[in-house]
Amino acid sequence: MKLFYDKIKRFFVPFAATLMICFVYGYAQADNCLECHSGWEDDERAPSALFPTDVHSQAGLGCSDCHGGNPDLEDMDDVRRSKGYRGIPGPKEIPAFCATCHSDPNYMIKHNPALATDQFDKYKTSVHGQQLLGKGDIKVANCVSCHSVHDIASPQMPTSTVNALNIPKTCSKCHSDAAYMAGYGIPTDQFDDYVKSVHGHALLDKKDLGAPACNDCHGNHGATPPGITSISAVCGMCHTLISDEFAKSPHKKAFDEMGYPECEGCHSNHLVLEPQLYWVGITDSSLCVNCHSADDGTIALATADKMHNSLQALYNAYDSAETKTDDADTRGMMVTDQRFTLKEVSQAIIKTRTVIHSFNADEVEKTAAPGIQTADKVYQAAVAKIDEYYFRRYGLGIATLIITLLAVMLYFKIRSIEK
Amino acid sequence: MENQNTNSSTFMTRLYSWVDERLKINTLVEYMSKKAVPRHSHSIWYFFGGMTLFFFIVQVLTGILLLLYYRPGADSAYESVKFIVSEVTFGWLIRSIHSWSANLMILAAFIHMFSVFFTHAYRRPREMTWISGVLLLGLAMAFGFSGYLLPWNELSFFATRVGTGMAGALPFVGDFLMEVMRGGENVTGATIGRFFGFHVAVLPGIFTVLIALHLFFIQRQGMSEPLEWATDTKITKKYMPFFPNFILRETLVWLVLLNILAVLAVFFPDGIGAVHWPLGEKADPFAPPPPVIRPEWYFMFAFQSLKLIPAHVLFIEGELFGIIILSIAGLAWLVAPFLASRKPEGQVSHKLVVFGWAVVIFIVVMTILGYILE
Repeated sequence: MKLFYDKIKRFFVPFAATLMICFVYGYAQADNCLECHSGWEDDERAPSALFPTDVHSQAGLGCSDCHGGNPDLEDMDDVRRSKGYRGIPGPKEIPAFCATCHSDPNYMIKHNPALATDQFDKYKTSVHGQQLLGKGDIKVANCVSCHSVHDIASPQMPTSTVNALNIPKTCSKCHSDAAYMAGYGIPTDQFDDYVKSVHGHALLDKKDLGAPACNDCHGNHGATPPGITSISAVCGMCHTLISDEFAKSPHKKAFDEMGYPECEGCHSNHLVLEPQLYWVGITDSSLCVNCHSADDGTIALATADKMHNSLQALYNAYDSAETKTDDADTRGMMVTDQRFTLKEVSQAIIKTRTVIHSFNADEVEKTAAPGIQTADKVYQAAVAKIDEYYFRRYGLGIATLIITLLAVMLYFKIRSIEK
Repeated sequence: MENQNTNSSTFMTRLYSWVDERLKINTLVEYMSKKAVPRHSHSIWYFFGGMTLFFFIVQVLTGILLLLYYRPGADSAYESVKFIVSEVTFGWLIRSIHSWSANLMILAAFIHMFSVFFTHAYRRPREMTWISGVLLLGLAMAFGFSGYLLPWNELSFFATRVGTGMAGALPFVGDFLMEVMRGGENVTGATIGRFFGFHVAVLPGIFTVLIALHLFFIQRQGMSEPLEWATDTKITKKYMPFFPNFILRETLVWLVLLNILAVLAVFFPDGIGAVHWPLGEKADPFAPPPPVIRPEWYFMFAFQSLKLIPAHVLFIEGELFGIIILSIAGLAWLVAPFLASRKPEGQVSHKLVVFGWAVVIFIVVMTILGYILE
């Protein structure tokens, strides 16, 4: 019997002790903030419901890492009185609140070394930051206005409010709300214009992440509207060749002297539409006549007319070549090479449209010429294909006739032999 | 005018005499003119062998022309075929005729084989003619299979992957056979090299020997007479001289076929309906397979029957079971003359006729199902 008890003791005591240690350790590790808050917060948007999906939670951080206090304590009053407790920050405190960690390179390198740590510094220079921190205007955007709170997702995630595809909508929450924006003296139609623009169409409809969202032109943490002098620099970040051409043009100096916005002058800002051929020229609908007239003592309209004609000739050449190629295609001829060469003409169109920003008619004509020649070659090749189509049929007709004639002669020969 | 005709006729006679003096062709003409072809209500079936030969000659000629520009290899096959159909003068016509003629050759060979089967022309002493004919049809299908991959386009690549994969289902030798055909584990540029070699050297070599033997047998044994001629003494047997009557009739049929081939090649250069061969996109081994992968129409019955067989039949894997059954049926078909040889002269084996119709119905139904159910 004693031996039996000895055996029990030998196995049971270490087992019970291990179980106890695990239980105590597990209890001590439990986050009491979520334990209590989830008990009385039954809203699905409540912090305790959202936080498990938050990027900070997934990185292993808990409530106390931001809000301070001792999460091991069970009583809320004890937590509030515990060391480091910060509670809920007000709108004005939020940027500094987040910056505690996000502006600390030594801390951030442990969690996300790729993330910059200058967001707060940039924010302080932004219109939002100056309004909030300088003037105490709590209506302007702080960190959580854009990034959300307790359910913050990495910008790479499609669910993130600051994912490229979601940014226009996020900004428009405030900027398209006329009542909210009253008093700031800025328009509220930017989002409506943007969705109609080539940029909005590319980003929102085609999901082309290379297309700019609001922050690509205005900045994000350092959000500032581009000034007149910086518009071409902003557009030139992507449209580098156009920017270079414009810098060489006579317009650059004139616009600078007169304080005119550069790209925006013709293309608008948020409502950037697909450029049309008639924009360049001397008709009433062209943009050139908005500033220039025939008797303004410049060669502006003559240049515009010549540029229009060069581009028009290139477009016509492309259309003719494409129509003829389609015609050959519908007749069953192989036109893959012609279709491929047509892409070169498309490239020539893009190149010519770029060179238009030099406002040098000779340069535009010179750039369009190879495209017109290539389009002409495609046209001739398509014509040759159609000619070949008819040649095949006439050839077949003649061959069939000869063979049939031979067959008929043979038939009569057989009959004469068998008679 | 009369003088001119006399002059030209004298020239032809002198030319004929000149050639005859050297090659003794008069003996050959005399031999052929003594040969007779039976004339009866089913004489039309005699022409299908000649039709198959005509399409084979077209295949050889157009194949040689395609060979002048075709370059085998994963980086050059597709490009060279594209060059042939778009740049080479009449290249499109040559490829189109080659493809149409390939399909029509197999169709003519099938009709020829079944007409021989149902007119019992395979019976003694023509067993070797039958066996060589069935083997020729098998080789013609192998031509089709090996030629299908050569353009190295999307459809041919995936169809070849499926086709060669079926060989892998065979027990013991399956993997080895598949690797031999593919030139490795997968269908790659090495497979084109192998298929090209088979298509333009190995198969034509064997085919030429077999077709020479097949024609030799026919010339030695003559055309088979209808079964009832052996038993019914009241029937008046009619014959026509092989030369020039039958030869001229055959030539007439060939001219009609040439016309049909020309019209099809010009109006439907990429084929029509289920029989089509558009060049399409270049094969990309990493691209997802197209939604419909199907073999050439003459493989469809085998492909469809393998698809319909359950995954396992008894303890055998379904695909293997199907291959075994099809192989046994093919072997029975090949040795049909020996199965019928026990019947007295002039009598038919009804079991064999039923077997023949079962094969025809099976092939037709499975082919139709293959296109309907895809």
